[in-house]
Parts: sequence; C-alpha cells; structure tokens
Amino acid sequence: MSARSKLLPYLLLAPSVLFLAALFVVPLFETIALSFSDNGAPSLAHYQRMAGDLNFWPAIRNTFLLVLTVVPLQVALALGMASMLQKLPRGRDLILWIWTIPLGVSDLAAGLVWLAIMQERGYLTSALAALGLIDGPTQWLTYETPGTLFVAILLAEVWRATAIVFIILVAGLQLIPKEYREAAEIFGASPWTTFLRITLPLLKPSLQTALILRTVLAFEVFAVVYAIAGRNFPVLVGEAYVWQRDNQAYGVAAAYAVLIVVISLAATLFYLRVLRNKSEQRP
Amino acid sequence: MSALRRLVYATGVLALCAWVLVPIYFITLGAFGGRTGVFKWPKSVLPVDTSFAAFKLFLSIEGVGHAALNSVIAASICMVLSIALGAPAGYALARYSFPGQNVYRLLILLTRAFPLAILALPLTVIFIRVGLYDTPLGVALIHTALALPFAALISSSLFLGIPREFEEAAWVFGCTRAQAFRKIVLPLALPGIAATAIFAFVISWNEVFAASVLTVRERTLTAYLLTVLSESPLHFRFAGGFLLIVPSIAFIFAVRKYLFAMWGIANR
Repeated sequence: MSARSKLLPYLLLAPSVLFLAALFVVPLFETIALSFSDNGAPSLAHYQRMAGDLNFWPAIRNTFLLVLTVVPLQVALALGMASMLQKLPRGRDLILWIWTIPLGVSDLAAGLVWLAIMQERGYLTSALAALGLIDGPTQWLTYETPGTLFVAILLAEVWRATAIVFIILVAGLQLIPKEYREAAEIFGASPWTTFLRITLPLLKPSLQTALILRTVLAFEVFAVVYAIAGRNFPVLVGEAYVWQRDNQAYGVAAAYAVLIVVISLAATLFYLRVLRNKSEQRP
Repeated sequence: MSALRRLVYATGVLALCAWVLVPIYFITLGAFGGRTGVFKWPKSVLPVDTSFAAFKLFLSIEGVGHAALNSVIAASICMVLSIALGAPAGYALARYSFPGQNVYRLLILLTRAFPLAILALPLTVIFIRVGLYDTPLGVALIHTALALPFAALISSSLFLGIPREFEEAAWVFGCTRAQAFRKIVLPLALPGIAATAIFAFVISWNEVFAASVLTVRERTLTAYLLTVLSESPLHFRFAGGFLLIVPSIAFIFAVRKYLFAMWGIANR
C-alpha cells in the first residue's frame, strides 16, 4: 500500500472522531468538572445540595422501580413477540411493521397517548364504568394515587420502547442457523427445550445489546413521566431538568447527570459480565 | 399446528397489534375532538363530534408552527451531519484494516453506554459562549452526537454488503478509487443510506431533553410541548402528541425494510 492509501482510512474517520470528541468527550468531562466545583474551587457542595433535596430519594426510588419493572417486562414481551413472528405462516411484513410503529413514537408523545387513556374522563374510566366496576370519572393520576400513576407510566414505557428490544431480538434470531433447531427437533426436543437450550443461549449477544441499550435509556426516563404525572412522580432526569431550567443551578443538574452516568455505566458493566460471550458459544 | 394452537397464536398476534394501534387511535380522537370531546364522559370509541376545526385551532396557536419548523430544521441538519460524518467512517471500517480500528469501535460502543442527552447540560454554558445556545443548529449538533454512532455502524455494514470485487473490477477498467466509489458503490448503498438518514431525522425529531435544555425561544416542537405542558388544556396536549406521532409513523414505514439490517449489525 502506498503512503497515501494508508492515510485514507484515518482521513475518513477523522471528521467523526473530532465531532464525537467535541460533543461527547468534552461535555462528559465538563459535566464531571461542573459537578465537583463551586465558584472555581473543588467542592462537594452540589452533591450535598442534591442529596439534601426533598425529591432526591423519591427520584432514585422511582427511577429504579421503573427500570427494574419495565426492562424485564419488555424483554419477556419482545421474546414472546419474536418467537410468535417466526411461527407466523403469512402476513409477516404487515405484522412486523405494526409491531415496530412505536419505535418512531417519541417518549413525550407516548406519555400524552397514555394520558388520553388514563385521564379522569378518559377511555379507561369509560370502559370500567361500562363494565360496572366504577361509578364515574376517577382521578388516577394524582399525587394521592401513586400506584395507578406508576402503572400508567409503566404501560406507556412498555408500549413505547418494547419495539426496539423486539427488533434487536428478531435481528439476532435471524443470525441463528435454523439447522440447530432442526437438529434439536430430530433428537426429540420439545419446542420449550429447544427454546431454552438452543435459541436463548445463541441469542445472548443480542440480549446483551438489547439490555444495555434499554437499561441506559430507561435510566433516562423523563418525558413520559412528565407528560403523565408532571412533577408528581420525581425521576432522576426530571430533577436534573428542573435544577437546570427552573432553578438555574447548573452544578446540581450536573451532579444528577454524573449520578445517572455512573448508574448507567455500572449497569452496562454488569450486563457485560453476567452475559459474557464465550467465543465457542457463537454460531 | 393444531387448530386450537393456531387460534391461540392468531389471538395473541391480533391482541398485540391492537395493543400498538388502539392507543394511537385514541389520541387521534383526542386531537380532533376539541374541548368538548375531552370532557365528554363516558367516552365513545367511535369518532363522534370530531372535526378538523379543533386540530386547526391548535395549529394556529402562536408558537406551534414556529416550533414545528425549528424541529424540521434541527432534524434536517442532524440528518445531513450524521451521514456526512458517519458514512465515510463506515466506509473506512468496512474496507480497510488499519491500526486503531478497534479503538474507534470502542469509542462508538462507549457512546451507547452513556445517557447522551444528559451531556446537553454543560453544553448550555459552552453554547452560550460561542453563540449556539437557543439555535436549531445547537440542538442539531447534540442530536448528531446521538445519531452519528448509529450512522457509522449501519453504513459500515451497508458497505460490507457490497462485494469488494465490484470496486476492484472498476479499478481494472481504469476508474480511479473515487470514480469507482461514485459509480459503483454509491448507487448500491444509497437506499440503505437514505434509510439511515431518515432514522437520524426521527431521532432528532423525537428527542426531548437536550432540545428543552438548549433552547428558550427557538424551541423545537418537543421542547415547546414540554414547556407548555402544565398550563395547556388537555385537548391541546393531545393535538400536540398527535402532531408529533404522524411524521414518525410515516418515517418508520419508509425505512421498514432496513430496520432489521440496521439493528442486526448494531448487535455486534
């Protein structure tokens, strides 16, 4: 190779590297610096203010509660959908499109969609009244009804973001040679055993991607919550938003951001460890 | 499969379709139902009393049109930048093996392990300093940081899918590297790149947090809706939600063929 063509790949990569350095690496270190300094001096004041805030512990609890319920539900649902799709005799393209529609829906819009259903005079109360279960319009989404508030947010998140897990898993399933499953069938394995012993282990890399992506995004949950609950259901990113926009306390917002980044990284490392891919497991 | 099992499957598939579609139908009714529709109870699942007037009223509110325009501008810039920066990187990853390749892949992977929108917080300070704060361009830049890693990965797999021999044949027939790329590779990769571009557009169109933090007057549609959320009546919120959803559904329809190719490789 000539010197010029040796240089070429680097020239092609350079613009994106510079861009990511400017808008990913620099802000990352800025956030950390901002959160640990007060008027130019190193300080933990922002973290103290964050931890001392009335909404801090509820925000942590709510965010974790959401992530720990939403993500497993989505993986289970997406796995079910992906295996259903494989067994579909026809109309796969149409079903695929319908099931992936929520991928295009923003979290804010998803929150508003479920607000339309769950609001006091919405479709849910109408349906329940028609069944004779309740007498009239009911307030589900207030500070006094944390249970139903949580369920509404949970439904909206599951509705919106299962599609991405589904797509990653379907793409992963397509990579598994179907001979593996056929062999299992010949040796008399039941569909359930085949799924547990063949499909699931081979799907590990896709599961890992889906879990990392979804967990990181789930810790960022914000607009869905804001649309349905306003500030009645504090979450971490919501608090960062409030400190930044309403209180103009950039340092405290940065402290929240660092906390979220640390939690997301910890979750990522956890998945990378637990779902480690041994090379011999790859098809 | 037995008839019973087939029935169970069909019911499940249809139920999941309804689970996706019915809520969208409901917010559509909400968007076109106006004030009276929102307060009517019990609700009818049929479109009674719906009209374009209610939705038109929403569109005529000061700020909605401007915000929608800002969204389109930011998303278009994000789309162009993601492809302009990501596609060359994808080509380099697909066609060359060179030292540092894995470092680059690691950088791309790292961006996925971070909640990127959160990085908009310190950018407020930097953007104010350089005059990018409260501009669609500023929003587009952070959205590009979100979309660029995907654009690079996806286009790398697109180029991998085009046999190197095609290019080599062109060289043999006297094309330069650039000509071979333009005449052979580009036409083959173009549909996939277009799909990637649309995907970048949707990422930007839907993003809420960064857009809200980085704008005050020049809000995007999502940022506008978020800030007026608490004081606006329900039917306006539903109209806003509907306005957000429609283009995204059209876009997902446009790229449906490529979704799996795109996410299949995003796996690795």
